[in-house]
Amino acid sequence: MSDSSHVGYLEAEKGLKSWLFTLDHKRIGVMYLFTVFFSLLLGGLFALLLRLELLTPTTLIFSAKQYNQLFTLHGAIMVFLFIIPSIPAALGNFILPLQLGAKDVAFPRLNLASYYIYVFGALFSVFSLFTGAVDTGWTFYTPYSVESSTSVIAMTLGAFIMGFSSILTGVNFIATIHKMRAPGMGWFRLPLMVWALYATAIIQVLATPVIGITLLLLILERILGVGIFDPTLGGDPVLFQHFFWFYSHPAVYIMILPAMGIMSELVTTFCKKNIFGYSAIAYSSIAIAIISFLVWGHHLYVSGQSEYASMIFSILTFLVGIPSGIKVFNWIATMYKGSISLETPFLYFLAFIFLFCIGGFTGIVLGALSLDVHMHDTYFVVAHFHYVMMGGTVIAFLGGLHYWWPKMFGKMYSNKWSKISWFLIFVGFNWVFLTQFVLGASGMPRRYYNYLDQFQPLHAFSTVGTWVLGSGFLIMTIYLLHSLKYGKVASANPWGGITLEWHTKGPTPIHHNFVDTPQVNYGPYDYENVEIPS
Amino acid sequence: MNAQPIELKKHEVAHHFETAEQEFDAAKIGMWAFIAQEVLFFSALFVAYAVMRFLHPDMFINASSMLSWKMGLFNTTVLITSSFTMVMAVQRVQVNKIAQSINYLIATLGLAGVFMVVKYFEYTSKFSHGIFTTKFFVAEGAFETLPIFFGLYFVATGLHGLHIVIGMGLIIWLILRARKGEFHSEYFTPVEMVGLYWHLVDIVWIFLFPLLYLL
Repeated sequence: MSDSSHVGYLEAEKGLKSWLFTLDHKRIGVMYLFTVFFSLLLGGLFALLLRLELLTPTTLIFSAKQYNQLFTLHGAIMVFLFIIPSIPAALGNFILPLQLGAKDVAFPRLNLASYYIYVFGALFSVFSLFTGAVDTGWTFYTPYSVESSTSVIAMTLGAFIMGFSSILTGVNFIATIHKMRAPGMGWFRLPLMVWALYATAIIQVLATPVIGITLLLLILERILGVGIFDPTLGGDPVLFQHFFWFYSHPAVYIMILPAMGIMSELVTTFCKKNIFGYSAIAYSSIAIAIISFLVWGHHLYVSGQSEYASMIFSILTFLVGIPSGIKVFNWIATMYKGSISLETPFLYFLAFIFLFCIGGFTGIVLGALSLDVHMHDTYFVVAHFHYVMMGGTVIAFLGGLHYWWPKMFGKMYSNKWSKISWFLIFVGFNWVFLTQFVLGASGMPRRYYNYLDQFQPLHAFSTVGTWVLGSGFLIMTIYLLHSLKYGKVASANPWGGITLEWHTKGPTPIHHNFVDTPQVNYGPYDYENVEIPS
Repeated sequence: MNAQPIELKKHEVAHHFETAEQEFDAAKIGMWAFIAQEVLFFSALFVAYAVMRFLHPDMFINASSMLSWKMGLFNTTVLITSSFTMVMAVQRVQVNKIAQSINYLIATLGLAGVFMVVKYFEYTSKFSHGIFTTKFFVAEGAFETLPIFFGLYFVATGLHGLHIVIGMGLIIWLILRARKGEFHSEYFTPVEMVGLYWHLVDIVWIFLFPLLYLL
């Protein structure tokens, strides 16, 4: 175990340069991780501030324009800087080659390039903060986004550039999954995390270019004028909405699919049991990826699209519920008669099931045409997508982070504090957003600066919840950073997992991951036949 | 032609691949995925074209007659020929005829240059008639919505032209590396990948030309 000749990837090279120019997927993943985690805290700070403003029905601290900028920044930073790269680029980069038994991703230099492209784009977005911020909402709807005097170009250019980073990561992962698998690892011996990342990569490659050209058209519209989104010239502003959601709805699945992948890993490891319905989960990832391209119209029910189009989009939207339901049932069936251990990552798994089900079912509610006309642009929608984005993706990201943290840094975090933090996040999250379902159903529109007095109790209640939620994140940041320096050295396989990343020797893997290329003879979760590595 | 034959260098497979074949296959599948994203990138412009044409059919017919189909046709021929020379460059390197491959690459580069020169004359002739993107549009036309067509025209052909310029840069990079003897029958991945890219740029134009100039 404590072999003195073992040199983990963190110790293999020293100095700033060894990080900035590294081609090691693990180090690139770690750099992504720190950047996205910082973005999460930044976006979270904006959330706390805007909820603070909503404590009272009238002006409290910020002006109306500042409030518009706050919720735009919160949305844009969380979506483009945090959630989209969070699981695929940060955790995926680290874990994908390890789970495949490969030495690296297919194109290590492209991988590093996509990190720097991401940072470059993120800098543009941050730059917009200092040049007037943006007040259009993260959706940048025309014609207002063309007329707004705020820094729309810097923000959209940032999102455009970060899109390329996402595309290149997708290209890299597709080639890696096709060509870098260890001997014996057929498609149906892939860990389900890999299937999920594959489905995600397909969406990244096929959907992201459309937001790229859309944002480029918006930028050109502002600088040169193109006219296609401009109703005064005979253009069509709703076309922008179609383009925007053709990417941004599949983007929701860029966020949730890898989260589902993490769930499959967590449930098997912490139940010590083979997954129930492997191929159903694998295929349902692909099914979600395909259907995701056909549902964008449910964002346009009240934008004047034809009723027949709305009906078809509504039916297609309901279809997403099927593969999602298949996954949830399979995870729960996996737990049945499993040897369950309630470690922190598994607590996140349980939280995900609970929150994702609420998020998913309210999605079906909103997919229904008549209900949506009533609910459209209310806090019900806000609560719904936060249950999916945060209750789903962020919770899964945290679950994955706590699961792979020992392999990434070779250190264990505090068991006690991680459970306290989990509890605060779980309670705080429901506190904030269950309340908003009620607010929305009783008619509170989203994005409003001032509101009717009758909504104040619920708004204030929701705001107090953000402080609980925020304290959970604060505690997490502290104990994770603390563990880096003072944490107990982790064993090679602290959770008893059997996918290939746990077969690497030592607390952290060596530079080339595996001493000998692994030979795969069994399925990824075959606890009956595979010996748990120590 | 070349007095001194090019000395071929052995290709080292990158450390994380087991075989040269695995390395080549990975590059190829990655390139196809990249081409898929390029298609989707341009597809939004084609959708915008379809929607705008549906809204303003008469204006589109009038506007496309304002473009010179002769110049467009000439450029189409130039690009298709350049695709042929690109194919030959790939084929020649596969059979170790490096000097011939380089000549075909230079021919491709020259044809791309011709395309851009013609494009330059087309753009300037439009500018001289006051036809710019909508914000700067000053020409008098039969239709008030005319700027929309030219907005699309400049964006679509401009982005396509940008792809040509990037392709020219890549071809120059290939020529420089080929001269050092880095490409041969055992290793020609970059030549083949740039070739794929070049055909994509060609195909985009094959769709742009009839839609903008002829219909």
